[in-house]
Amino acid sequence: MTVLEFTAVVAVVSFVAGFLGALTGLGGGVVLVPLLTIFFHVDIRYAIGASLVSVIATSSGAAAAYVKEGFSNIRIGMFLEIATTFGALLGAFLATRIPTSALAIIFGFVLLYSAFLSRKPRPPAQRNLPPDPLATRLRLNGSFPDLEGPRSYNVQHVPTGFGLMFGAGALSGLLGIGSGAVKVLAMDQAMRIPFKVSTTTSNFMIGVTAAASAGVYLSRGYVDPGLAMPVMLGVLAGSLLGSRILVKAETKSLRLVFSLVILVLGLQMLYNGFWGKI
Amino acid sequence: MPAAQAPAPQPLPARAWDDHRIEVILGNLLRSGVLLSAAVVFCGACIYLFRHAHEPADYRVFRGEPSEFRTIPGVIQSVINGRGRGLIQLGLLFLIATPIARVAFSIVGFALERDRMYVAFTLIVLAILLYSLLGSGIGS
Repeated sequence: MTVLEFTAVVAVVSFVAGFLGALTGLGGGVVLVPLLTIFFHVDIRYAIGASLVSVIATSSGAAAAYVKEGFSNIRIGMFLEIATTFGALLGAFLATRIPTSALAIIFGFVLLYSAFLSRKPRPPAQRNLPPDPLATRLRLNGSFPDLEGPRSYNVQHVPTGFGLMFGAGALSGLLGIGSGAVKVLAMDQAMRIPFKVSTTTSNFMIGVTAAASAGVYLSRGYVDPGLAMPVMLGVLAGSLLGSRILVKAETKSLRLVFSLVILVLGLQMLYNGFWGKI
Repeated sequence: MPAAQAPAPQPLPARAWDDHRIEVILGNLLRSGVLLSAAVVFCGACIYLFRHAHEPADYRVFRGEPSEFRTIPGVIQSVINGRGRGLIQLGLLFLIATPIARVAFSIVGFALERDRMYVAFTLIVLAILLYSLLGSGIGS
């Protein structure tokens, strides 16, 4: 393939990934690395570098639209970013030291878990949970606009959530993804943060987390301009368009298709990792 | 849907509004940063594609980038030399800087609200980010 053909095809694939990722809420970054490595035979380290950059772009690009709605909680975000940025540093450090086949295997498991999580029903919305002393001290509790005026919520299990976010940050730094699946586990399941608040707050955090490892990747030579350019521009354009038509689209069957794609890519990554093809 | 039942222990309405205003400003800052970096990357892409369109593209083997695409001084020098890929890397550096700028501005926001605990938390996050950037040797 020539540079022009490669750039065009990667830009289109990234656009579709970003578009479907935003539309289904599953994130586009998680499919990019497997697509680049499996179908374009890109070395996984270059793929991770390019994906990491695109993760920052989508997170920061969508932030303005999200904050207007008033769902995100800046204190939860900043507090948990201590955990995710520490984790991201560790992940980026590990990424340069473990073999690429191990990276592929970890990636495969994360994909399978994401596919599983996307089919699981959400935990029931919290109502009247008692305030947790630690969350109160840290001023994490808040309120968000609901159909009938502001609804307040009390954050639970802060240490568990903090620990899980450290893991989410480490995966993000290791694999160049937003690791939305682990963030959902931490914020929805452990901390019992209402869904709308956790989605928008985690979007905010993803960019900061990725920035913590991006410097390491760039300085190690993992970010190739010729590859990162079509990936970043494609994903950004796709996700901006996807989040714009999000409200109108019927996403249920789309979610099913996209989670099947994630499942297949996960199995393929595991296969490639175990048989040393990556 | 039932109405809100739990009495709001906090935040106070005034603080919630302040938080929201800070977030709107920060959200716009982030979007401007992303659009700026996308524009720079796009300009670099035009130069790069114009010059190298018909060369073979091969990313099968990891070689690592040359130092002109790995460090801030290297990237600046390569932009001065008129290289398209240098301009792409500059755009990507802007992109990495946007969330860091957002964290830095949050310190001002929390300081205006006289929230010392969150000024401290934000300083920790900023320190980690700067350590990652400077400790990685990107600046030299």
